[in-house]
Amino acid sequence: MNDELRVYGLHAGIVGLLLISYFVLPEYHSGNLARIMVLAVYAMGYNLLFGYTGLLSLGHALFFSSGMYGLGLAMYHMDFAVPSGILMGLLAALITSTVVGFLALRTSGVAFMIVTLMFAQAGYLTVLYFGEFTRGDEGFVLQQSERVIGSLDLTSPAGRYFAALLLFAICFFLIMYIVRSGFGLALIAIRENEERAKMLGYDVVTLKLKAVVISGVMSGAAGAAYALLFGYAGATFATVQYSIFPLLWVLLGGAGVTIGPLIGTIFMFYLIDYSSSLTMAYMLVAGVVLVLLTLYAPQGLAGELRRSYFKWLP
Amino acid sequence: MASMSILETKGLTKTFGGLSANTNIDFSLTRGKITALIGPNGAGKSTFVGMLSGRITATAGSVHFDGVDISNLPAFKRIGMGIAYTFQITSIFPGLTVQRNVELAARRALSLPKSEILDAVDEVLQRVDLLDRKDQKAADLSYGHQRILEIAMGLIQKPKLFILDEPTQGLADAEVEQFIELINSLAGKSTILLIEHNMDVVMRAADHIAVLNFGELLAEGTPKEIQENKEVQNAYLGKTTDA
Repeated sequence: MNDELRVYGLHAGIVGLLLISYFVLPEYHSGNLARIMVLAVYAMGYNLLFGYTGLLSLGHALFFSSGMYGLGLAMYHMDFAVPSGILMGLLAALITSTVVGFLALRTSGVAFMIVTLMFAQAGYLTVLYFGEFTRGDEGFVLQQSERVIGSLDLTSPAGRYFAALLLFAICFFLIMYIVRSGFGLALIAIRENEERAKMLGYDVVTLKLKAVVISGVMSGAAGAAYALLFGYAGATFATVQYSIFPLLWVLLGGAGVTIGPLIGTIFMFYLIDYSSSLTMAYMLVAGVVLVLLTLYAPQGLAGELRRSYFKWLP
Repeated sequence: MASMSILETKGLTKTFGGLSANTNIDFSLTRGKITALIGPNGAGKSTFVGMLSGRITATAGSVHFDGVDISNLPAFKRIGMGIAYTFQITSIFPGLTVQRNVELAARRALSLPKSEILDAVDEVLQRVDLLDRKDQKAADLSYGHQRILEIAMGLIQKPKLFILDEPTQGLADAEVEQFIELINSLAGKSTILLIEHNMDVVMRAADHIAVLNFGELLAEGTPKEIQENKEVQNAYLGKTTDA
């Protein structure tokens, strides 16, 4: 079996496994998994920029919340139907990521981290400032009756799960395609050695902007899906914490590996879920595990798997 | 005259703050020839080729390549026009395989389907004797092999102008021999601008030599002429040929 087939097989296999999981797992876990898949889409968007292009953003909550509020506000205030709401979410993320990318990419390294962090902070404050519309920290709820596409009810466990799975599968295959394309290889080249990439004739400025925009729109898609499937939009999702989460998931799962974000999101989700059932100090448990992983699996779970066993992982 | 030279600079100048690294350099490169650029440390050689490739923006002056004014073009566009560049300090993609490194160089320069690109990659790796290491991570190669890899990344671009900044620095004698052979095999196909400290390499490979001293063009000529030039001997050769 050649590597190409292995890659297709693995990706199709994971989507197949997630499909079967709904019928096998108890409802509690399949409910979790729906949430995890949406968050994993966020992490996959983040991974394209961080793991593949080597740009560490601390402001992705801005893109996630752009998608969330793009859809949420359109549905809440303007009675948009679900499909046009999704479109508004994607559009909002497209605009913010293009503007932020255009400006932030004038910097690099630590400055890029700070600039993206500040943009996201400005975004968060904007949400609070327009509290009249966004209802600030408190947020707003999307009515159950609005969250339907035709006769498909996105609030039922099955509707929610399969909508999340559909979005996940689209993004998962898209990322698989991108990182194995010439464009993806060029992004990896930028990560490895930007100066060399430039001096091989790659237009690194444009390539990086494209990476920011794709990453931002995918994060926005996750934000929109989150609001749609779980019926709530609030300013918490625009805070720094939500910029750090995808970084953690990706680091844990494996940066620059297509399956890393999913693995990291599942791991972190259940780590917190499990440890909070044991102790109030669950963040301490999570912290210790994170330290251990950084010490013993610095490339993340999937990253270590690739290093030791499956060199063909894209 | 214009078709004889592939690259011409007029009044090329670079100042860093108050310090003048290159002053008013008028220079032309003969098509299909190997030209060596020599000069003592700090003479401004790397700055000069940096301005040719676009890595460094010139303070004043112009660069024409293949009849086109490229003075205001960013580096990646100049590379796209057929200039290849190897760095003084080895610059490769350390985390990727040898094959991937060369493939990345090829994809930009050659518009071929992937399978043909990979064939071309193999061919170049064969030529520089790295084919049996193509699946190794570039970071795991020895220093000499990394330098050869970077040269292979230039070769595969089939550049019209190949700028090599001190390519033999740190190479073992056998590798230097291999390099001279490689460079000589390109004669006539590519124009080569070689910055080099190793006089043996310069004398054996170059058709033409330009000497830079204190940021100014001191002399130009055939290897023999340069060897006999008194000014050059004073500035440079007299002190280092015995090293």
